[in-house]
Amino acid sequence: MAQPVLAGTRIRDYRTAQGLRQVELARAVEISASYLNLIEHNRRRIGGALLLRLADALGADPSVLSEGAEAALATALDAAAVAHGEVGAERDRMEELASRFPGWARLIEAQYAQVRRLEQVVERMDDRLTHDPFLSASMHNVLSSVTGIRSASAILAKGDHIEPEWQARFHRNIYEDSQRLADATETLVNYLDGEGDISETGSLPQEDVETWLAANDWQFPALEADPSMTLDAILSEASDLHTPAARDLARRILTQYAVDAGKVPMTALHKALSTTNDPGPLAAQFGVDLPTMFRRLAAAAQSSLETELPFGLVGCDAAGTMIFRKPVPGFELPRYGGACPLWPLFRALQQPMMPLREHLTVSGRDDGTFDVYAVSEVSHPMGYDRPAVLKGWMLIRAAFNGVNEANAIPVGSNCRVCAKIDCPARREASVFE
Amino acid sequence: MSERRVLLIEDEPNIIEAIRFILARDGWRVDTHSDGQTAVVAVRDRAPDLVILDVMLPNRSGYDILQDLRSEDATKTLPILMLTARGQKKDRKLAEKLGVNRFMTKPFSNEEILATVRELVR
Repeated sequence: MAQPVLAGTRIRDYRTAQGLRQVELARAVEISASYLNLIEHNRRRIGGALLLRLADALGADPSVLSEGAEAALATALDAAAVAHGEVGAERDRMEELASRFPGWARLIEAQYAQVRRLEQVVERMDDRLTHDPFLSASMHNVLSSVTGIRSASAILAKGDHIEPEWQARFHRNIYEDSQRLADATETLVNYLDGEGDISETGSLPQEDVETWLAANDWQFPALEADPSMTLDAILSEASDLHTPAARDLARRILTQYAVDAGKVPMTALHKALSTTNDPGPLAAQFGVDLPTMFRRLAAAAQSSLETELPFGLVGCDAAGTMIFRKPVPGFELPRYGGACPLWPLFRALQQPMMPLREHLTVSGRDDGTFDVYAVSEVSHPMGYDRPAVLKGWMLIRAAFNGVNEANAIPVGSNCRVCAKIDCPARREASVFE
Repeated sequence: MSERRVLLIEDEPNIIEAIRFILARDGWRVDTHSDGQTAVVAVRDRAPDLVILDVMLPNRSGYDILQDLRSEDATKTLPILMLTARGQKKDRKLAEKLGVNRFMTKPFSNEEILATVRELVR
């Protein structure tokens, strides 16, 4: 693995930057100077408690020294380099950049992420202009009115002799078209004001909602105490929700949260979690379906869970578009583009209401193994002779015992950043190719 | 020299009036038609020297009308000027692919449309 090289080099850089001798740092972290020397020269891997002690002694963020953070950063940098291949970035020295200049590397990563976000915004707006029938008709109305005004006023302004009857006709046309233009622009502005779903920061509604959910730690104690309370009180304090579309999305999530909280009170769930963390028996115990229990487990306090490992949760619609994302460390959920088609989430869509449980290994920085449950729910709000509404849910948690890694299914996050080059389900080329 | 005839296929009355006025003053006879569904028949019946064709028409798109006109021997080479409120590159490319002679986006100037008509029917 290349990452340990970075960790050792970085530790040495931090130490020398602070004027510390090897022996001093070694003493501070209670190891021998020779062992530290091996680490700094990348001949020993480090992790766990020693990494934390070193980070503490060096005044560094442990994640900055850790392999995972660097690998993730390097992956992001590589994606940026591939996306701008014409620049000729030295991809073979990317890890060195991440190691030696972490601040600059993070700046590149942040700027690339921002560019990607803005590209998504532009694509969205372009798509909307092209396909939104209301916008298209409104623009047509505006341009037709302007054309009429321009032509008629040019005829009148030219100074040629025009019969009074025609003069009167063009005056009337200009008046009519200007009236129509005023109406059309007012309608358009109202529409854009009311329906605009892109905030001033360029973030999309789902991003705003996820930021807001994360800031609340995915829990709403007020709703737990009183699931029938009005949601306006919670939403009025949500400064992260920049647009009406984001607030609408948040309201829908809160509505579902309140329903779930009514069925599975959190105090009772926390108590039950001391017996089992398995969503199947828990759902049976509370008499609820699995999607409800998945959502409640994703909202449960980390301290109530076995080994305090949190649950992540992904929800998707029948088209595979992710509609809910609560991430869990090590299992990256792509922000844009499709997710890994091998996730059981998508298989669950093919067999509604039949739960799946699998162990997955995620190729990436830590090659972690995860215990995953998936199920889909079906409803018929449009009637049984119309398309059903299907939603898939996948509960994710780091596997911590009794896992035979050899039987785990290897998956990725999304094709672009997946190292499984020969994956038969691959949708597009990987940056690692 | 016989009277030169333009068929203006457009559904906006005030635009029709302005174009009709400009071209009539220049010596053109201007016939108009406002429905997309029957536009091809109107072209056949009137046999104009040039067609000015709007893209967004009631009942049928100007692109479909253009395609039909280009598939008929009698109108295969008939000069056609398209008017549209959508001036994106892909719209222009589609029109060119279908065989349009000129593609003009709204709002256009009177001089621009007059010069183009003159150029297309020499």
